[in-house]
Amino acid sequence: MAQFPLATAEPDQDSTLVLNMGPQHPSTHGVLRLILEIDGETVVRLRPEIGYLHTGIEKTCEAKFYQQVVPLTDRIDYLCPMTNNLCYCLAVEKLLGLEIPPKAQWMRVMMNELTRINSHLVWLGTHAMDIGAFTVFLYCFREREDILRLFEMVSGQRMMTSYFRIGGLALEPPLGFFEKVKKFADRFPGNVDEYENLLTGNPIFMMRTKGVAYLSPEDAIALGASGPTLRGSGIDIDLRRDAPYSGYENFKFNVPVRNEGDVFARYLCRVQELRESIGMVQQALAGMPEGPVKADAPKVVLPDREKMKTQMEALIYHFKIITEGFAVPAGEVYQAIESPRGEMGYYVVSDGTAKPYRVHMRAPSYANLQTLSRMCEGQLIADVIAAIGSIDVILGDIDR
Amino acid sequence: MPIAPAITDIEQLKSHPALARLLEWNAPMVQAAKFDREELTIWIEKEAIREACALLRDSADCPFNYFCDLTAVDWYPSEPRFEVVYHLLSIAKKERVRLKVRLDGSSAAIESVTSIWPSANFYEREVFDLFGVRFTGHPNLKRIMMPDDWEGHPLRKDYPVEGYR
Repeated sequence: MAQFPLATAEPDQDSTLVLNMGPQHPSTHGVLRLILEIDGETVVRLRPEIGYLHTGIEKTCEAKFYQQVVPLTDRIDYLCPMTNNLCYCLAVEKLLGLEIPPKAQWMRVMMNELTRINSHLVWLGTHAMDIGAFTVFLYCFREREDILRLFEMVSGQRMMTSYFRIGGLALEPPLGFFEKVKKFADRFPGNVDEYENLLTGNPIFMMRTKGVAYLSPEDAIALGASGPTLRGSGIDIDLRRDAPYSGYENFKFNVPVRNEGDVFARYLCRVQELRESIGMVQQALAGMPEGPVKADAPKVVLPDREKMKTQMEALIYHFKIITEGFAVPAGEVYQAIESPRGEMGYYVVSDGTAKPYRVHMRAPSYANLQTLSRMCEGQLIADVIAAIGSIDVILGDIDR
Repeated sequence: MPIAPAITDIEQLKSHPALARLLEWNAPMVQAAKFDREELTIWIEKEAIREACALLRDSADCPFNYFCDLTAVDWYPSEPRFEVVYHLLSIAKKERVRLKVRLDGSSAAIESVTSIWPSANFYEREVFDLFGVRFTGHPNLKRIMMPDDWEGHPLRKDYPVEGYR
C-alpha cells in the first residue's frame, strides 16, 4: 500500500543484515538469488542476482539453421513453449513474407491459449502454495495434467512441444483431438470456480496479498513491466488486442485490468485471463477452418512423407532443407506477442544466409524482475515471497 | 505475400511521429531511416542518443514512454562494428520505433539511457556483459549473465561457439 514509505535513505550498515535468498530456495521459482538487506523484519534493499541458468541460447541460434532454432525456443520459457515457438516462427515468417493458412493460424491461437492456461495454472498453484494454500496446487496440477496430455497428443511431447514450424504446424492434429479439447474446455470454467472458491474470498489469502507489493502505474511503465504485472497496475495494454498477430483479430475477449497495483490485483488479472483464454479456445474450436496446416512454400516447409515417396521434387526439397536450410532475405524484424508473462519479443536479424545472424529474445520476466526491488523495499520480508510469486518469474526466460 | 521493398528515403517517411519529432529537433543527428517489413528504423548519431530518447519519451503527440528492448548486433569484421538497437513503444498510440546507433569496435561506448527509462538497467548490463559495449553513466555496470571473473564477451562474432576459447 502507498502508506508504507519506500526506503530512500542510505541503509545504516551497523543495524542491517545482508541475507541471501536463493539460488536454491523453493519459493524463488527456479534459481533466482536475491540479496536482501534487512533491518529487523523490513527489507531495506533488494538486489536480484541472475545468470545461474544462462545457457547462451542466443549464441547457439547463430550456429543453427532457421528451422533448427525452433526446439531451442521451447527451452527459454519452459512453461509456455508454444508461445516461444509462435513468436519465433512469426518473426521468421515476417522476414520471409510467408502467408500462413487459416487453419494453422487458428490452431496456433488455440494452442497458445491452452499454453497460457497451462502456465497460469503452474503460477496459481505455486503462488498459492508459497502463501500457504496447499490444496490449490493439487487442483491446478490436476488440470495442468489434462493440458499436458493434449500437448502430448498433438505434438508427441508434454513440455518441450516444438509443435509449430516456420510456415505452419509440424503435423495435422490427430483424430479425436478436438473432442478432447472440447471436453476440457467445457469442464474448465467450473475448475476455475473451484480455485476462486478457495482463494478469492479467503481471508488469509487476502491478508497476504491485498495491499502487498504495491506498484504504481508510473513505476510499472518506467521499469518495463508487461503483461498481468502491468495490467494489475491499471495500464490497459494487451498485444493480442492492440497489435493482433496470427489471427487474434477474429477472436472476442476482454482484457482484465485492475487498478490496485498489488499482489491481489495481479492475481485477479491472471485468474480472469484463465476464463478469457478458455473462451478463446471455445471460439477456436467452434470456428476452426478446414484446409492445410502448412504454407504453400516448398523451399521452406518440409514436404509430406507421402509426397516424398512419389514425387522427385518433394524428395529434392526435403534433402535441400535438411542439409542446407533455406535462405532468408536480409533484413530484421522485431516481433512482439503477448506471452502469459507479458510482452515477448523476438528480434531476428538475417544477412541473407540460411542461419540467423542474430536472434535476441525480449524476455518478459527479465523486465518484470526489475520491478521487484520497487515492490519490496520498505516492506516486510515475508511479503517478498508473495511479490516474487505475483510477477510470475521464469528463470529460463530471464537467463536464456 | 511478397515483401514490399524497403523505403530508405527520409522525405517519404516524415509522416511517422518519431521521425518527424527527431527531424524537427535536430535533423543532422538523424543519419538514416528505413521502413522495412512494416517497421521503422532510425539511425542516430552516437552523441545524441540520450537526448533523442528523452525527446521521444516526452513527445506530446506520440510519447514513446515504454522501453521494450535493448540489444546489440556485432557486424565483425566490418566497421563500425557494433549496432546498439533500441526498441520503443508508445502505449497510447500503439506505435513502435527502432533506434540504432553505430559504434566502432575500438571505442565501443555509449551514453546510458537508464536515467530516462530505469528499465534499461538490466538490458544495458546484458549488452555490456555479452558484447563488451560500455554504457557511460550506468549506475551499476557489471556482468549480469556470466560470472564476474569471466574473460571475453560471448555474443561477439569472434568468440567461438564451441571448443576452447
